[in-house]
Amino acid sequence: MSIEISNLSKQFGSFVALDHIHLAIKPGELLALLGPSGSGKTTLLRVIAGLETADSGQVLFNNEDSTSKHVRDRQVGFVFQHYALFRNMTIFENVAFGLRVRPKKHRPTSQEIDQRVTHLLKLVQLDWLADRYPHQLSGGQRQRIALARALAVEPKVLLLDEPFGALDAKVRKELRAWLRKLHDDMHITSIFVTHDQEEALEVADRVVVMNQGRIEQIGTPDEVYEKPANPFIYEFLGHVNLFHGRVQRGRAWIDNIEIHAPEHAEADAFEAIAYVRPHEIEVEREINGEPALAARVVHVLSTGRVVKLELVRNNHQNQDTIQVELSKERFRALQLAKGDKVYIRPRRLDFFPDPANQSLLAS
Amino acid sequence: MSTFKQYSVLPGFSLALGFTLLYLSLIVLIPLSATFIQTAELSWQEFWATVTAPRVVASYRLTFGASLAAALVNAVFGLLVAWVLVRYRFPGKRFVDALIDLPFALPTAVAGITLTAIYAGNGWIGQYLEPLGVKIAYTPLGVFVALTFIGLPFVVRTVQPVLEDIEPELEEAAAMLGATRLQTFQRIIFPTVLPALTTGFALAFARAIGEYGSVIFIAGNMPMISEITPLLIITKLEQYDYTGATAIAVVMLVISFALLLIINVLQWWNRHRNSLA
Repeated sequence: MSIEISNLSKQFGSFVALDHIHLAIKPGELLALLGPSGSGKTTLLRVIAGLETADSGQVLFNNEDSTSKHVRDRQVGFVFQHYALFRNMTIFENVAFGLRVRPKKHRPTSQEIDQRVTHLLKLVQLDWLADRYPHQLSGGQRQRIALARALAVEPKVLLLDEPFGALDAKVRKELRAWLRKLHDDMHITSIFVTHDQEEALEVADRVVVMNQGRIEQIGTPDEVYEKPANPFIYEFLGHVNLFHGRVQRGRAWIDNIEIHAPEHAEADAFEAIAYVRPHEIEVEREINGEPALAARVVHVLSTGRVVKLELVRNNHQNQDTIQVELSKERFRALQLAKGDKVYIRPRRLDFFPDPANQSLLAS
Repeated sequence: MSTFKQYSVLPGFSLALGFTLLYLSLIVLIPLSATFIQTAELSWQEFWATVTAPRVVASYRLTFGASLAAALVNAVFGLLVAWVLVRYRFPGKRFVDALIDLPFALPTAVAGITLTAIYAGNGWIGQYLEPLGVKIAYTPLGVFVALTFIGLPFVVRTVQPVLEDIEPELEEAAAMLGATRLQTFQRIIFPTVLPALTTGFALAFARAIGEYGSVIFIAGNMPMISEITPLLIITKLEQYDYTGATAIAVVMLVISFALLLIINVLQWWNRHRNSLA
């Protein structure tokens, strides 16, 4: 089922939770709503589910306005962060609940319910827990049961609110991969909310980055990661290093380094900030002709596949640490240790007008 | 002894257990056993004659009947009150919440006099009921009203925390799965509060059986009609018939104990069924 959201707004008192949201979700897509807490992502999900009503705007399911449709009739499955399993029922009865409460006309026979529930429990690989009660299960198991329960009513859309938020790191990773696989098998239009950028980038077909009730960027994980639309997304998605510089007519400078900035070819001179991801910085022992920034190593973290360095620039008023990631091989070739002097050069930089400087001009 | 003893960061198991036993003995067990010992002065025939006298049997019927009815009414309305207090926000909610405890705090005699004044034939409410042929004060109905009054807080206060514990998400989850409100209540909310509701019911019931102060004013205390068992015990005491009083007390004790035992067993069974299948 396709979902189209147009001009959706919602306020809680003076707090703007959703600010004129437009979003189109394709049938069969797995979409992530990503953002910091308070960005409106959960509110958006709850409005789609019908658990919350918007102040203005529309939600269309298959081009049909569902604004006035009751939660019960939306054919939407919802998975809550804290599972919301019925504690007075066995796991089997939890999954069967959605079928048992149907009006007599549409209710499957108890044999059919039996079959369907058993099938779903097998799908989430927990059929051996059918007779247990929720409190006897681990967090990861409970969340899988919650998912099976949501799927039992054969929803057209599956909504998941921070589904792995309450789980520990290892279980979360397992369930992530498992959810991706489940979605690939079932092709049900799914939206999940998360504040964990790694989770969103790893699982989703497309990622919607939200901030302060607005959508900042929509794109595939690659697009969002490689071409963040603005400074907020850069800082929100993983570690970045920040440099201050100047941009003029397609060229940019950070201290003595000159870099091509073709996307700003028409721009008059402006003060800029530039972002570089830790793995996009070259590290050399010596200057090899090209201009580079002088820095020294203050910390080396060599556990794991990539070696993480923390550097501080020499003789510079900005003493923020610069984070660099190197491959193990490159690190061995350089033979770096704490206190060594190095030269760094960003391989790729994205420039944005400096907000601090802009506000100066504005005032 | 050592087999019971578990390691604990807070020492003093033996001392605490010893104190608990001493305290229970002094406050509960010794006075209770005294009633049995006192009663034992009677022969079986005398005992039986005392506790099955028509006037006494009528009082059992009234005491246990009215208590049961009051506790049942309290279970229904107490659940409703608790629900409103937990789920809704309205002006004066804290005041209403505090009001619930009033029957706990009010001297029972004050409650009795107040209720009598209101429900008497010329009282605030009584004057409107009398033309309809409904008499409350000085009838068994009055006993029922008084017992309902004193039992309410027990149900509300036991159910309230359990209701607060039920996340709104459970109801949302049920609605998303297609359940109607009635189904959500029947299948999810009610089974969850049932154990607490039974406890509240049992407490209200037990309290009503023993209630004396608030009832005697409104009951009118007519033998065979509106005379409660605790009053009969007092009457016997006033006639210096100590053994007769304790004989009736023993019967009440045994019946109350049996009822509480049944309720506890039911609850244990219910919890057992729900947690260990």
